Amino acid sequence: MVTKEDVAHIATIADIGVDDSELELFTGQFNAILEYFGVLDSVEGGADAVHSRTNVFREDLVKPSLLNDEVLMNAQDPEDGFIRAPRVI
Amino acid sequence: MGSTFTFDHDDPNNAFITICRQADYGDGPLSGIPVAVKDNISTAGIETTCGSKILKGYIPPYDGHAITLLRSAGAAIIGKTNMDEFGMGTTTENSAYGPTRNPADPTRAPGGSSGGSAAAVASGLVRMALGTDTGGSIRCPASFCGIVGLKPSYGRVSRYGLIAYANSLEQIGPLAQNVRDCALLYSVIAGYDPRDGTSLELPPPAPLKPEIAGKRIGVPTEFFGEGVDLDVASVVRSGISRLEDLGAEIIPCSMPSMRYALAAYYVTSMSEASSNLGRYDGVRYGTAPDSFRSWHDAYSQIRKSGFGEEVRRRILLGSFALSAGYQGKYYAKAQAARRMVRDDFARLFRTVDMLAGPTMPCVAFRLGETSDPLSMYLADILTVPANLAGVPALSVPCGTAHNLPVGLQLIGKHYAEDEILSAALAFEEGSA
Repeated sequence: MVTKEDVAHIATIADIGVDDSELELFTGQFNAILEYFGVLDSVEGGADAVHSRTNVFREDLVKPSLLNDEVLMNAQDPEDGFIRAPRVI
Repeated sequence: MGSTFTFDHDDPNNAFITICRQADYGDGPLSGIPVAVKDNISTAGIETTCGSKILKGYIPPYDGHAITLLRSAGAAIIGKTNMDEFGMGTTTENSAYGPTRNPADPTRAPGGSSGGSAAAVASGLVRMALGTDTGGSIRCPASFCGIVGLKPSYGRVSRYGLIAYANSLEQIGPLAQNVRDCALLYSVIAGYDPRDGTSLELPPPAPLKPEIAGKRIGVPTEFFGEGVDLDVASVVRSGISRLEDLGAEIIPCSMPSMRYALAAYYVTSMSEASSNLGRYDGVRYGTAPDSFRSWHDAYSQIRKSGFGEEVRRRILLGSFALSAGYQGKYYAKAQAARRMVRDDFARLFRTVDMLAGPTMPCVAFRLGETSDPLSMYLADILTVPANLAGVPALSVPCGTAHNLPVGLQLIGKHYAEDEILSAALAFEEGSA
């Protein structure tokens, strides 16, 4: 059983803002969905590779890439080739 | 030769988020054919939003590989189609740009998440369109709108430039008014691309010809299980009888892992989404964050206002499924169940050439019909197994129930797109 506090905790970890009214809604929905996921309890074994693929490497050579201006064209607040971000501390 | 295609139609069903009224095109197998592209595939210079407010105004600086191939084949890209936000939905109602209406009945949803692409094709605005399919997002709207849609094998079409939702499940694929056009578009986008590490080097698609006589077609009991509308089941069973009349051998079989498939799919896709969608912080693209707030505060705020409810629900559930103490219970078990699904297909494909059943358990939903997420997820039960196993699957129209289109799903062996397309063509044309 997931509580409102559990959902609020996950929302903080995931950096997803949630209103108090939504907390109530999500908690009820999560319990219904997680109850459905409970069918997996009867599956034996754990994680193993599903796609029979291995890591794909290439030589460490410089290849054509995007120009600095192209990379920054969607940033709202670029300056001197950098992007301004909210303060971390 | 360079020419310009002028697109001068209205968009009565809200199939498009962006329309390109003038589209350049060149020579090639698709020369001058108007093609629509789902709005989660990067198109250089054309706004690409994934149906989300958080990417409003985002202009990709590069083309996805499938787009490069489309342009090389001469296609005229006439717009970007509406979709459930980041592909998360079964109706296209989870779009920040309003719902799309189903051309077969405008009071109904077109299915999703590639609902805009399906509506654009079904209403005749374009001959063909690209969609993406993570758990049925091409086949569901193809079924609901009465057109053809193919999810290729995992690794068959490059995902370079596809904006990720759940990387291990999704593929780009074609939607078209008929099997021949679907196969034509597929033949253009299939192929190896070193920029996608999961892309495979395989022989090019074979020329399409109707072929079904002598094929062994398995029909798992579970495909007609609980929750499948009786009228839909009846129409699909008639379709399967037509396959038999065309010379196929119908073989009843069983797929016990179906019991776990939907839960395995949702745990996996939500977990991958919670990681993939971490990139939307508004710093490099999208709506700008408030620089005066602290990082976590600004980030939470922008993701609250920029993401819709379903996207936030899935990020939260995915974060939960991966969190300490729960990973073994959910994610690890989902991967074990995924292996069971894959093993079930491998076992069945030792004795049959393909599987057949309904694409969707029901006909198109009424717009606004359901707001309960779990009951919406349950509608994906018949399409998710192919994504979990990475095998190709298509939906081809097979009649109507409740006066609405019904799709027949054919699921093939890994990389056997040619085989299911040939069978679908024989079915569509009524010839073996």
